[in-house]
Amino acid sequence: MKWTEFFTSSVGKKLVMALTGLFLISFLVVHVGLNSCIFNDLEWFDPNDNGRMFNKAAHFMGSSVVIRIMEIGLFVGILIHAIQAYVLYVQNTSKRKIGYKVKMGTKGSTWYSKSMTLLGTLLLLFLIMHISHFWVPSRVTGTLDPVQYGDTHTHDLFARMVAVFQNPWIVALYVAGCISLGWHLLHGFQATFRTLGVSNKKYLVMANSAGLIFSILVPVLFALMPISIYLGWIG
Amino acid sequence: MEHYIMNLTLKVWKQKNPASNGKFETYQVKNISSEMSLLEMFDVLNEQLISEGNDPIAFDHDCREGICGACSMYVNGRPHGPWHGTTTCQLHMRAFKDGDTIVVEPWRANAFPVIKDLVVDRTAFDRIIQAGGYISVNTGNAVDGNTIPIEKEKADKAFAAAACIGCGACVAACKNSSALLFVAAKVSHLALLPQGDPERRTRVLSMVAQMDKEGFGSCTFTQACEAVCPKEISVTNISRLNAEYIAGGLGSDKDYGHQ
Repeated sequence: MKWTEFFTSSVGKKLVMALTGLFLISFLVVHVGLNSCIFNDLEWFDPNDNGRMFNKAAHFMGSSVVIRIMEIGLFVGILIHAIQAYVLYVQNTSKRKIGYKVKMGTKGSTWYSKSMTLLGTLLLLFLIMHISHFWVPSRVTGTLDPVQYGDTHTHDLFARMVAVFQNPWIVALYVAGCISLGWHLLHGFQATFRTLGVSNKKYLVMANSAGLIFSILVPVLFALMPISIYLGWIG
Repeated sequence: MEHYIMNLTLKVWKQKNPASNGKFETYQVKNISSEMSLLEMFDVLNEQLISEGNDPIAFDHDCREGICGACSMYVNGRPHGPWHGTTTCQLHMRAFKDGDTIVVEPWRANAFPVIKDLVVDRTAFDRIIQAGGYISVNTGNAVDGNTIPIEKEKADKAFAAAACIGCGACVAACKNSSALLFVAAKVSHLALLPQGDPERRTRVLSMVAQMDKEGFGSCTFTQACEAVCPKEISVTNISRLNAEYIAGGLGSDKDYGHQ
């Protein structure tokens, strides 16, 4: 079987979704871990941090060639995942030209497993806003204020976060984005492992449980960032 | 359960032939016993239609004991009706109350075109089986069933997969009209057994290629198929098919003619 055939059959297309999905999940781990450095500014830890830990971590992410290459891979991953999803959506919905009078609805399946395209579209819209808020000024236009920690010259991404999250509507949109992410992951995480061939029940239980924890923990941590800044706990 | 008699309103899809546009017809049926099966209720209605000189409703049925996979009605928004793990022929009228309206539709999928009324063409499934859902056996005496030892756990899983009767409810329920639960049941059934092992890699690739040619969609793991399957085939079989596909696809040089 040729590689093109392997990845373009109905099963192969789902493998592409699963592999890119897994890659994006691994990115989320890095992203949420790194951004959680802003919580060091909380009363409990170091109120004088003022984003020092986060800015230094962000500087590290911007200064390494390996990570800059990974960044290109990330954009490619998102594009493949999104384009393939829309291709599959169009192809799959065309397989039933005449529909049912009485719809099955969510009998036997969850609403979010049937709404992955909708949730993904919301995430894509969120990403456009998110990238224009942070990635563009940080990496493209370079309009952020400079900041210096010892010998490290970098830009104050933390100050940008604090500025952006003063607007309650932006905060609400970020929280909505996190909720979409949670539902998207709740189906996507475990389905990825099924698509990659995990049929052993004990591993499926692990995938389901890890998926549940991941889909709650990661979006909650992300959502806490704009909320904490807006409420003045951070910044 | 106590026996009762009911009068019902039926809304049934009527379509003269594959080329014509169908529409829903409304029928009133009276004095239906709660002990009847849904198909027996249709028999009563058809007798009535024939005696009135009207065209009876065409529907598929054969064994009427839930093992052949011929019956195929989509009843009130669910393949095989409201009862879990039950074929249409085993759905009894005690599932309904006096005065209910029952909407009956054919399986809907481009790969299952309507032949007439509630009868759809499911030969796509036959062609998927022909593509590889078998084991090649040399001629000669039949091998004694117990010659090859099979571990109990695998035998049980293979048996559970082999329970698939190929009715097509999985396709009818799937939002993508995917046939993967059916194909996965057949692939798993044979891949788990030593007799099916020599051809397992090519089998899965050939069957998936044929499934794609027939115009079924892909699997999104909503698990609606498992919920409506009258034989309760598990979606873990689809995971197994995926594993077989990956192993087969990565190892094989043969061209399977995917479109």
